[in-house]
Amino acid sequence: MFIKQISIFVENSQGKILPITKALADANIDIRALSVSDTRDFGILRMIVADCDKACSVLREIGCAVAVNEVIGVGVDDTPGGFSKAIEVLNDAQISVEYVYAFISRTENMAYVILRVEDNEIAAKALRDGNIRLITQEDILSM
Amino acid sequence: MANYWNREIECMSREDMKKLQDERLVAQVKHVYENVPYYKNLMDEKGVTPDDIKSTDDLHKLPFLTKADLREAYPYGLLAKPLSECTEIHSTSGTTGKRVVAFYTKNDIDLWHDCCARAIVAAGGTKDDVCQVAYGYGLFTGGAGLDGGSHKVGCLTLPMSSGNTERQIQFMMDLESTILCCTPSYAAYIGETLKEMGYTPDDIKLKAGIFGAEPWTEEMRREIEKSLGIKAYDIYGLTETSGPGVSFECSEQTGMHINEDHFIAEIIDPDTGEVLPEGSKGELVFTSITKEAFPLLRYRTRDICVLTREKCSCGRTLIKMCKPMGRSDDMLIIRGVNVFPSQIETVLIEQGYAPNYLIEVDRKNNVDTLDINVELTEEQFSDTVKDIQKKEAELVEAIKTILGINPKVHLVSPKTIARSEGKAVRVIDKRKLHD
Repeated sequence: MFIKQISIFVENSQGKILPITKALADANIDIRALSVSDTRDFGILRMIVADCDKACSVLREIGCAVAVNEVIGVGVDDTPGGFSKAIEVLNDAQISVEYVYAFISRTENMAYVILRVEDNEIAAKALRDGNIRLITQEDILSM
Repeated sequence: MANYWNREIECMSREDMKKLQDERLVAQVKHVYENVPYYKNLMDEKGVTPDDIKSTDDLHKLPFLTKADLREAYPYGLLAKPLSECTEIHSTSGTTGKRVVAFYTKNDIDLWHDCCARAIVAAGGTKDDVCQVAYGYGLFTGGAGLDGGSHKVGCLTLPMSSGNTERQIQFMMDLESTILCCTPSYAAYIGETLKEMGYTPDDIKLKAGIFGAEPWTEEMRREIEKSLGIKAYDIYGLTETSGPGVSFECSEQTGMHINEDHFIAEIIDPDTGEVLPEGSKGELVFTSITKEAFPLLRYRTRDICVLTREKCSCGRTLIKMCKPMGRSDDMLIIRGVNVFPSQIETVLIEQGYAPNYLIEVDRKNNVDTLDINVELTEEQFSDTVKDIQKKEAELVEAIKTILGINPKVHLVSPKTIARSEGKAVRVIDKRKLHD
């Protein structure tokens, strides 16, 4: 029910992202969602891709440090206040969010949000109880 | 007019000095052979007995001592007097595994302070001076040595220790310090702070500074001299050989006079151990000839240096050594602390990082900086910045614990630090301390 996310270590200097995106392109791997967080020295490039295992092996081949973990995906109305509802549910359950990023799909009138929390199970339960729609890996692949 | 603390010794003829050294060396070798089993073994292995050492001409027959010997013999292995005769210890700043601890009898302390007194007098110090000692006090030899020397000369001694720079300047003004003793980088920092506080060199009474314990350049000397309105003198020493005062600079400022009545200096080829003639560049080796508690025979300093007996305008006949021009090992001196790259490597491995790293040392605003580029491995990597920075902070803390100085760590991608076929380049020293 959770979504596999791939994180890649990137030095914070010019030209460091290109080899990563190029390797994925050459392997014909589709990037569905993406975010970068940065510090003075380095950044973490986080992605949801169509084929996580293949992406990992391609990236390790070019020498990247890669981590894979499961994150929560939720679908919210692509209207003002849609995202706030989900955050409110987590807030009420006193769940803190490590990081978050959003993407929209081509079809539905929905926005999708990736959430990284300490405990996926607890957060998922809170979201379900709050009537927030959870999306799965399969949902993302079919978008 | 030149100033001497002990004119007889400092201006002694070469002939008389050699005679004095011959006598003292013979006695020192006997003392070591009889009281230091560790060194006796080294001599026995080389087939040398005290009877073979009849004068300084026989010095080359003795085996060398290295820092590794000092560590192996830690803490008492090279002690030549019962502890009941010892009154003081000092210790090296670095901690490559084991510290080097040096022991002193009352007499050792007296002779050491005497050497420091010579340095202070050579810098123009008299009993009328106010001597501000801003070297660290404690295990470090800097504070204790210059403090003792200053007392001997009879200066009013301000035992400031290092740090609290505004207070240093306040004392400097209120008590009208005339001589400052500290590391050159700290002197430069005091100069900058003085300016920041809105003062000029005319607002203080300093006339001279005695600076050592780390490498510094002529350029830095000029800067310090300008910012504090003083003449800056170099002083050299090692904890192993007692501390500062092994050699000191005179008004000519073209090298440091070695206190030859206490230490015999040699220059050797660091690879073969062969003694090189005067004027050759090589590794500096010291033999103590008056030590009681911690005598060292032919101790390899690893400092690369040149010795000269050219006549000095100050009138001293003591042999002169140039500023050390580098090291024959990979030791770095950063902010006065001895750092071996292998220490950093050990921490990296312990913390699960790859043993691939690049150390960059620089000097910004006269303060040494230590930057370490470290290759990240997947074990340290995670999807959150928080986790990576936590591990990074642990690494910084572990390095700081070992070295005593705070490094800046930069994580880089795996396998991006250049590998070389031969000896890996682990250190880039941008300080340009040597020509």
